[in-house]
Amino acid sequence: MAWTRKILRVNLTDRTCKSEPLNMQWAQDYLGQRGLATKYLVSEIDPKVDPLSPDNKIIWATGPLTGTMASTGGRYSVVTKGPLTGAIACSNSGGYFGAELKFAGWDMVIIEGRASSPVYLSIENDKVEIRDASHLWGKTVWETEEAIKAAHQDPQVRVSCIGRTGEAGVLYAAIVNDLHRAAGRSGVGAVAGSKNLKALVVRGTLGVGNLANPKEFMKVTYEKKKILKENAVTGQGLPTYGTQVLMNVINEIGAMPTRNHKDVQFEGARKISAEAMHEPRESDGKAQLVNNQGCFGCTIACGRISKIDQTHYTVVNSPKYWGASGGLEYEAAWSLGCANGVDDIEALQYANMLCNEDGFDPISFGATIGAVMELYEMGVLTKEEIGIEAPFGSARALTFLAEQTARGEGFGKIVGLGSKRLCEKYGHPELSMSVKGQEFPAYDARGVQGMGLTYATSNRGACHLRSYTISSEVLGIPVKTDPLTTEGKPALVKAFQDATAVVDSSGLCVFTTFAWALSDIQPQLQAACEGDWSMEKLDLMGERIWNMERQFNNAAGFTRKDDDLPPRLKNEAAKAGPAKGLVSGIDKMIPEYYELRGWDTEGRPTAETVARLGL
Amino acid sequence: MRVTLKLYASLSDFLPDEAKRTNEWPMDVPEGTTVGDMIARHQLPARLVHLVLVNGHFIPPVSRDARALVDNDVLAIWPPVAGG
Ligand code: SF4
Repeated sequence: MAWTRKILRVNLTDRTCKSEPLNMQWAQDYLGQRGLATKYLVSEIDPKVDPLSPDNKIIWATGPLTGTMASTGGRYSVVTKGPLTGAIACSNSGGYFGAELKFAGWDMVIIEGRASSPVYLSIENDKVEIRDASHLWGKTVWETEEAIKAAHQDPQVRVSCIGRTGEAGVLYAAIVNDLHRAAGRSGVGAVAGSKNLKALVVRGTLGVGNLANPKEFMKVTYEKKKILKENAVTGQGLPTYGTQVLMNVINEIGAMPTRNHKDVQFEGARKISAEAMHEPRESDGKAQLVNNQGCFGCTIACGRISKIDQTHYTVVNSPKYWGASGGLEYEAAWSLGCANGVDDIEALQYANMLCNEDGFDPISFGATIGAVMELYEMGVLTKEEIGIEAPFGSARALTFLAEQTARGEGFGKIVGLGSKRLCEKYGHPELSMSVKGQEFPAYDARGVQGMGLTYATSNRGACHLRSYTISSEVLGIPVKTDPLTTEGKPALVKAFQDATAVVDSSGLCVFTTFAWALSDIQPQLQAACEGDWSMEKLDLMGERIWNMERQFNNAAGFTRKDDDLPPRLKNEAAKAGPAKGLVSGIDKMIPEYYELRGWDTEGRPTAETVARLGL
Repeated sequence: MRVTLKLYASLSDFLPDEAKRTNEWPMDVPEGTTVGDMIARHQLPARLVHLVLVNGHFIPPVSRDARALVDNDVLAIWPPVAGG
């Protein structure tokens, strides 16, 4: 329905809810979701605000295509200042919650202040209430969703909530909807927890309307769905194997961060890959993967639904984990597996379920365990301190620490700080594999040079989804580039960053870009939204969004020195594979990147850039 | 000479049973065998031969017939796939 033109503003301190018209000029300049919510956030909060204080705000935002019949049009983002990084945070989720929020008639919900006791927000179309959540505090995501559905006597109600980690302030706590879809990164769940906000609960029955050109929209979305269906990646590869098919690819090219980035290939990768998820287990003759699943309106359906081995030590006495549940995606399999040297796929599935059940980011959690294991092997951390022996490869240590983190017990409290603070605490800040305090995802910056620049310059701290140059450097989409060179990477990264900022602001899933160019999304926006949505406008908008985020980070105190990688990636060469002998060429790429961006040597947008982008 | 053919995702169907759990198929081939020869010999359908790596290095489609394998080379092939 393009925009509903309505914002819900909720002040938890005053316990007020009010409807506001959407700023349509901003919608023309920032589209929706990531771009538009960030515009509201940066206009309303002090960049130096403590992310966990009542003065920070947190926004649930849809895009103009959320809830429409465009393929993958079910996305929403949570935008706030992130506690893990202190930078802008914007975490994107699929499932069905985003579309429901749109059906209820809201483009976004802006949450301010802090409730004096636990609450949740109930939204039923125009009827909005702040309700007591004392009885839900201390409950997991799964328990919360069940209790709310029972209380509302409505199985169709959609819930976006935090688990115990969000309440406890785990700095990478997520916000989870539909049991296993998550706005996962940067600790957005901890911000909700700091506000005593357990959940947003939405029921929308207003349906879809308000499209600029409905006939054209139906026609163009149908045509574009055909492209997704006929494309071998989005039509067959992703639905059948999910993102996990990358496990063997990335290992083969020698860009698999292994054992806290000590190695670039993991000997156990095959055992935790998509191929392994498909094959019958020796114990029960069943494959871990049950089927695939799609988010709202998605014609790709890359999601994994899995069943754990009931005889596995982690669950043999816990039948609640035996059912079909969110399965391993590549990032989780990497972070829980390769980053720690753990090749027990059932242990990974268990840890993954705990991340969903209690709402914490498997990437940051798994990567933090990688640092814990390295510190243990160095003798800095001991069994007594951790509560278990924790050498690389120990599935028992991984699952024990996942339980401790989920419950906020013992050493789990330290793990919940993330690798940067943990490594600093034990005197080895250099062992945190992070940028701006956020842990790397599943690609080694020595083996895929563009990803090093992607991580170093990502506005939300290390992240693959801000410019997924793997598409080009490894998969050849849209054109193949050499992953081992730095040449041309600043321009490649900038192009991906700007285009992705538009996709993330539209309500669509970035995975469409394996088959669609921005020029395939443009006519869908043009048909849905009033105004001019030319390619030139979208290109400029992507750049505008990127620079707006950057300006916020600069004002928050980030400088050139924060656009950097840990010393290991700059000084310790890859030991094997095609990148053997290589380190990251980040120092070479940064100056060229700044120049292309129109930034000064300190990484600040110049006055000319600011003026050109209308910031 | 000895080389290893690795086939992944839906190409796993072209592996002999004993190689299915590892996706690795070691074999002896004549000197001078090229990447293109391997694809033809194992009747791998063109639409499924997408990402081709030798020892982790990308081999573009135009170079497949010219790229001769040497002893201990690892040839890995995927159909069109992606992730994130
Ligand atoms: S491609 Fe995957 S993540 Fe994206 S909307 Fe579809 S199912 Fe969800």
